Amino acid sequence: MISNNLNIFLIFLSALLVNNILLIRFIGLCSFFGISQRIESSLGMGAAVTSVMVMSSSITWLIYNFLLIPFHLQYLRTVSFILVIATLVQLVERFTKKYNTNLYQALGIYLPLVTTNCAILAAAFLGIDYHLSFLQNLIYALGVSLGYLLAIVLFASIRERIIFSPIPKAFKGVPIAFLTASLMSLAFLGFKGLFRL
Amino acid sequence: MIASLLILGTLGLIFGALLTLAHQRLKIEINPLVEKVTNLLPGANCGTCGYGKCNLLAEAIVKGKVGLDLCPATEPEVIEKIAQLLGKEAKIKERKVARLLCAGGKKNAKESFHYFGIKDCQAAMLVAGGNLLCKYGCLGFGSCIDACPFEAIEINENFLPVIDSEKCKGCGKCVDACPKGLIKLFPASQKFFVACGSEDKGATTARNCSVGCIGCQKCIKVCEQDAITIENSLAKIDPEKCNNCGKCAEACPKGIIKSN
Repeated sequence: MISNNLNIFLIFLSALLVNNILLIRFIGLCSFFGISQRIESSLGMGAAVTSVMVMSSSITWLIYNFLLIPFHLQYLRTVSFILVIATLVQLVERFTKKYNTNLYQALGIYLPLVTTNCAILAAAFLGIDYHLSFLQNLIYALGVSLGYLLAIVLFASIRERIIFSPIPKAFKGVPIAFLTASLMSLAFLGFKGLFRL
Repeated sequence: MIASLLILGTLGLIFGALLTLAHQRLKIEINPLVEKVTNLLPGANCGTCGYGKCNLLAEAIVKGKVGLDLCPATEPEVIEKIAQLLGKEAKIKERKVARLLCAGGKKNAKESFHYFGIKDCQAAMLVAGGNLLCKYGCLGFGSCIDACPFEAIEINENFLPVIDSEKCKGCGKCVDACPKGLIKLFPASQKFFVACGSEDKGATTARNCSVGCIGCQKCIKVCEQDAITIENSLAKIDPEKCNNCGKCAEACPKGIIKSN
């Protein structure tokens, strides 16, 4: 467990690299394979996940600690968190559409897709399971989401490059993507030795 | 039990109210014209107009920031329709089509070495400027095909891209994609063009490729309009003077004055 006085920087690094949500925890893999054909679209998805994840984990932390715990309703967290995430995505979509059309165009389809991304829910749960304070939770969510961005952009750039390579027929398309992801995961496992949490 | 119902109910109510509020406060007035114009535009989001996406261009057109004919891919009839919608006069630009200035390919252009690298024009170009003796020759890996938003380009059995002049909208994406600069935009009314880009001397071109323009001047002699000139051993047709008679195409000993 992460103790309270742990360095915020360590929390960030742990979420970003050591416990990378995609490559080490294997959460949110559907979008990892679905939206990694091109770097541009993976960047869009990563940006959407980052913005929503940071906001949603802060709000869910507040709801959990100030609403659910006082009434001993911890078992309601899944339902209420999904409620928060779905609402938040809608709100953010409205806001960007109104005040920043360019950003809305850039995020495009990826913003609604975030609603059903399990990584968002996982980040909210993990922050609570680690008993983090509000600030630590914020940094943790930032680290997780940037880890998502990093992993999906790296993966997309490898996939963009790999289609030019002479791949055996049986491995073309998704199989080689699976292999790539597993090798990337092995590489990220190397960060495990950095420090233990 | 009651507490859980209450809390979940209240949360739901609050979020619902928030969404309703957002729906009202953040309402976006969409000009219905913009949507109609967007539907008329090609929808390939190719970005040639400089707006990135078709709906952004539609907005600019409706606001009157730009002319109706900025999009090169819009057909004249469609431009007229847009003009009717907006109550404006339609100005129609001449349609342009992309053409490949090379007739070489596997059969005709000689290789200087075998290339086994990445099957991509840009990558092949990095290795000593491509694997052809003719430094103007099409490498045939089809970077232009990937760039075309209208699927107008196909590669033929001779490993040369063939541009379908019906499907081509003249957006110019392939022009930028070709590392050899072999694709150029021509006015669609000019039927005949010289399918060679080699500015080498005639003898060098003849050595490198069996279908290169050697500057023999036969086309100049048969042209009644004086539309053809030779610059750097390469014949050029002036679209202003050319009357599409096709005599030059018959006279060309290499058969590289083509029409489409």
